[in-house]
Amino acid sequence: MSILAYNGAAVIAMKGKECVAIAADRRFGIQAQTVNTDFQKIFEMGPRVYIGLPGLATDVQTVAQRLQFKLNLYELRENRRIKPKTFMSMVSNLLYERRFGPYFVEPVIAGLDPKTNEPFVASMDLIGCPMVTNDFVVSGTCSEQMYGMCESLWEPDMEPDDLFETISQALLNALDRDAVSGWGAVVYVIEKDKVTRKELKTRMD
Amino acid sequence: MDILQINQTSDYKKAGPLQAHFNPYSYNGGTVLAIAGENFSVIASDTRLSEGFSIHTRENPKTYKLTDTTVLGACGFHGDVLTLTKVLDARLKIYEQDHHKQMTTGAVAAMLSTMLYHRRFFPYYVYNIVAGLDDEGKGCVYSFDPVGSYEREAYRAGGSASAMLQPLLDNQIGFKNQQGVTRIPLSREKAVNLVKDVFISAAERDIYTGDSILINVITKDGVTDERFPLRRD
Repeated sequence: MSILAYNGAAVIAMKGKECVAIAADRRFGIQAQTVNTDFQKIFEMGPRVYIGLPGLATDVQTVAQRLQFKLNLYELRENRRIKPKTFMSMVSNLLYERRFGPYFVEPVIAGLDPKTNEPFVASMDLIGCPMVTNDFVVSGTCSEQMYGMCESLWEPDMEPDDLFETISQALLNALDRDAVSGWGAVVYVIEKDKVTRKELKTRMD
Repeated sequence: MDILQINQTSDYKKAGPLQAHFNPYSYNGGTVLAIAGENFSVIASDTRLSEGFSIHTRENPKTYKLTDTTVLGACGFHGDVLTLTKVLDARLKIYEQDHHKQMTTGAVAAMLSTMLYHRRFFPYYVYNIVAGLDDEGKGCVYSFDPVGSYEREAYRAGGSASAMLQPLLDNQIGFKNQQGVTRIPLSREKAVNLVKDVFISAAERDIYTGDSILINVITKDGVTDERFPLRRD
């Protein structure tokens, strides 16, 4: 079995009208055995920059910590907050440094530009090849299921409330067809003047 | 490919017997989808037949009419699909001669299960879905794994894009993860439109699904055909 699927995870991000959303499941398991159901996979990397890290749980935490470290150095040197696009390059660089012994995470980045409030979503493979899209990105053990849901449910220019409902339904119904992800979910809706965090109750089986 | 040509140098060649390999299976993709309604059932498949990165044909529907009220959807290894449908047709003809009536959908499903299990240790590499009408005239769908485990269900997607289609069917037909909804019975029009929607989504992301879909609607009056184009890239 792939190392990327050892712990199980699902992360998804979507663009809306002047807003973005990022969501993830909360399971931490070892293959089929569930160990914890409040595991953090989405990390705040700035006021309107978030990263979701599905993959090997140990690398999820290591990568999150190393990114936070790099980000602190950036903010001290530049004396300003990072743009989502710049942050993506930072993640990509961190992962590619380990080109031949990679961290087993496939990140999803979502955020708003600090100046223009332009929505931004992107995903990456485990060695840091970035992919910026203008609709949605998915990553994790049920990515096929999430693609199926997103292709049917997503539409351009959704308001924050619609975006929340769409990303939640896309994630939840995908999770329920995957044995190694689920057990609760968390959704962040990022707008220019506020970020809403909601915890979703899901099937627990 | 032996780039270093090590095996051609006799100094490095291993002594002892050589084992030749033959893989009797290949994978030709394709997706099938069936939905059971109140007094009808819908079964659809894409019409692409492919292998690896190449397309053999854009005109190969994967649904097979078995009786007046039973349609089979089968995909996976096309060679096994051809053999399986041939043997199935023969068995159905024998049944009709013996019993002077056509097999019911439930009986077809039970027979298919035993046929698949008889090949338990050299299976037909085929994903089957049987759709039709039951003894009371209600729509019914049976889904199978390649070795004959089967179950009656309200809806099921099978084949290469099944993982993309199934969660959406759970949501839209099974009303999963929806609270406080009135569960209105599915109409024929809504079922057919949903089939088109989900196949459009699947064709967007799955390279083994595309070109067009053939939608069969089974009612007591017989089976109707409808073609719907999908993207061809």
